[in-house]
Amino acid sequence: MNPSATEAVNVTDKPGQRRGKGWLLLVPGMLWLLMFFLFPTVQLFFTSLYDPSGSFEQGYAMTWHFQNYADAIKETSDLFVRSFLYAGITTLVCLLLAYPLAYAIAFKSGRWKNVMLVLVIAPFFTSFLLRTLSWQAILADQGPVTGFLRALAILPDDGRLLATPIAVVAGLIYNFLPFMTLPLYASLDKVDHRLIEAAGDLYSSPFTGFRKVTLPLSMPGLVSGTLLTFIPASGDYINAELLGTPREYMLGNRIQSAFLVEQNYPLAATLSLSLMLLVVVMVILYIRRSGTEELV
Amino acid sequence: MAQSDGEQRSGAPRDLHLTEVSKRFGDFVAVDDLTLTVPEGAFFALLGPSGCGKTTTLRMVAGLEDPTAGTVSIGAEDITGLKPYKRPVNTVFQSYALFPHLTIFENIAFGLRRRGVKDVKRQTDDMLRLVQLEQYGGRKPAQLSGGQQQRVALGRALINEPGVLLLDEPLGALDLKLRRQMQLELKRIQTEIGITFVHVTHDQEEAMTMADTIAVMNSGVIEQMGAPTELYENPRTTFVANFLGQSNLVSTDVVDSSGSTVIVDCHGQKVGVDESRSHTDQGKGWLGIRPEKIFASQRDSEDLEDGNQLTGGVVSDVSFVGVSTQYLVRMPWGQELMVFEQNTGQRQSFKSGDEVDLAWSPQHSFLLDADQDAAAGAVREDVG
Ligand SMILES: Nc1ncnc2c1ncn2[C@@H]1O[C@H](COP(=O)(O)OP(=O)(O)OP(=O)(O)O)[C@@H](O)[C@H]1O
Ligand SMILES: [Mg+2]
Repeated sequence: MNPSATEAVNVTDKPGQRRGKGWLLLVPGMLWLLMFFLFPTVQLFFTSLYDPSGSFEQGYAMTWHFQNYADAIKETSDLFVRSFLYAGITTLVCLLLAYPLAYAIAFKSGRWKNVMLVLVIAPFFTSFLLRTLSWQAILADQGPVTGFLRALAILPDDGRLLATPIAVVAGLIYNFLPFMTLPLYASLDKVDHRLIEAAGDLYSSPFTGFRKVTLPLSMPGLVSGTLLTFIPASGDYINAELLGTPREYMLGNRIQSAFLVEQNYPLAATLSLSLMLLVVVMVILYIRRSGTEELV
Repeated sequence: MAQSDGEQRSGAPRDLHLTEVSKRFGDFVAVDDLTLTVPEGAFFALLGPSGCGKTTTLRMVAGLEDPTAGTVSIGAEDITGLKPYKRPVNTVFQSYALFPHLTIFENIAFGLRRRGVKDVKRQTDDMLRLVQLEQYGGRKPAQLSGGQQQRVALGRALINEPGVLLLDEPLGALDLKLRRQMQLELKRIQTEIGITFVHVTHDQEEAMTMADTIAVMNSGVIEQMGAPTELYENPRTTFVANFLGQSNLVSTDVVDSSGSTVIVDCHGQKVGVDESRSHTDQGKGWLGIRPEKIFASQRDSEDLEDGNQLTGGVVSDVSFVGVSTQYLVRMPWGQELMVFEQNTGQRQSFKSGDEVDLAWSPQHSFLLDADQDAAAGAVREDVG
């Protein structure tokens, strides 16, 4: 789940690894994970198997009701599809936007490098919620963007942006762009400029040099960036909530309402765990595919 | 017209020409009005101390740096504006610059693949064998030793059989033994495939053993260029005299420069220098004598050689180094001169405090302009 999973793929035969007291460094983190991740997850697992006939007021009976999973997925399969679709589009567009940006910051920004990095991080100084709310104003029916697109006849006169899938995906892209940009930048910044020169010396045009040297060397950042974007985006519900309508709802919205509105805990737990499991499977397949060889 | 032009091009040797090339970084002049020609197939060494502009010169030939002024051409073709990937030039980089994500095999095959050559596998295997890395083809650069990485860098450039191969201190990271071995190897490869090598080094011995022609560079300019023996025997500047081997430089006044032997006054004693080795003809001059060219003999003894003589020395230090004995001789004017005597068994040996006279033949000394710093180019730890 964390970005270091991408690096863990290739840790065999690195020099300088000796047995010692190094594992002690793991203890605080492990304790933390045990308390705040493993324990709640196990709790969640049990909750997901409660009998659905119970209720929040009367309590739930533990009946190892595995049928919950089949029921939940059948009921919400369209939400799963939409979540992964939106997250997938978000990841792709973020990658297309962030790669040139990270490249420019790493190689072309000169003394403006730090300023540009601060600008990338600047949105984090305001709350995620506030920023998404302000997108409501930006994409509003009477807002500037809609007006502009209507004037250009890209949108019909009664066309709108807010409360459409476009608004939700746009919000997701906006919110997750830094998570793609920063790891990409970190990887690209490490690429030794002399390697690109060497590629040029060995008959590579700038584009071939990019394809054969820069791109492969930026793979670790690309993999972490896509994971850091895709995973939280697939579980997000704020963007769909604030910028969309129930027609654009994602799985996160359903989980949120199952927990907080319907207080149908077994359903919420079932959906949460299913999402987690699916994402983990996808991530593993992805890391396998993205080529352990490509990662230095 | 065009036809004769083409003919001339294919007929003309693919010599490398640098014409009045300069490179400035802001106000700093890294290479200053450099002109040189490297004949096709030559082993050319660019020798100079750190920071004198060797790498910058190579980078301009490779196309990685644009000259501020001047032109670079190969044969009749001006390549000054040509992009690096279009030049028939390959570089062995000072930092190797091996691709860390590719195997050794793929590193070496890189240039072939970019050019769409057919039998990549066979050629790459051949090159792996040539640089003695057959069993390492599947490894990544990080899993090789420094010397092995250097050989990969060499193979990666050589395999393309470029018109000019630029080597930027390719042996810098090797220990002495491997260095000597690789020097011979490089020389053998160069003779075998007949590629023009431009070899940058700050090791004068390496330059002298390997190169046909050496250019000695200092602060962005070429001090002197020529065959190793010529540079060693007849240096034209104090920098070259000190940087290539060691020299005794004695302050003298030119007395008579009309004949074939220039007569100078050396603290009251008159000595001669061949006119062809005299690079100043009036006023003061530095008289240069290589330590191994001087014969020492006992004061007023019969076997003092003919030719130039300086008398009145006292041995102040003796160090025995096996093949030779190195003396420091304090002259009447206070300067200490280095004298190396071969241990042939024929010559008398001295001990500290012995009074000696020195002799050498006029063809074995040189006379340099007195405006220069006598210590220019001297390597401190070498003295004494
Ligand atoms: N990009 C640059 N910007 C500014 N100055 C530079 C640049 N590249 C080189 N120089 C300067 O130009 C001079 C020559 O550098 P160069 O790399 O050619 O030296 P060198 O002869 O190869 O030295 P070495 O033997 O240490 O490799 C140095 O003083 C260096 O500081
Ligand atoms: Mg250099």
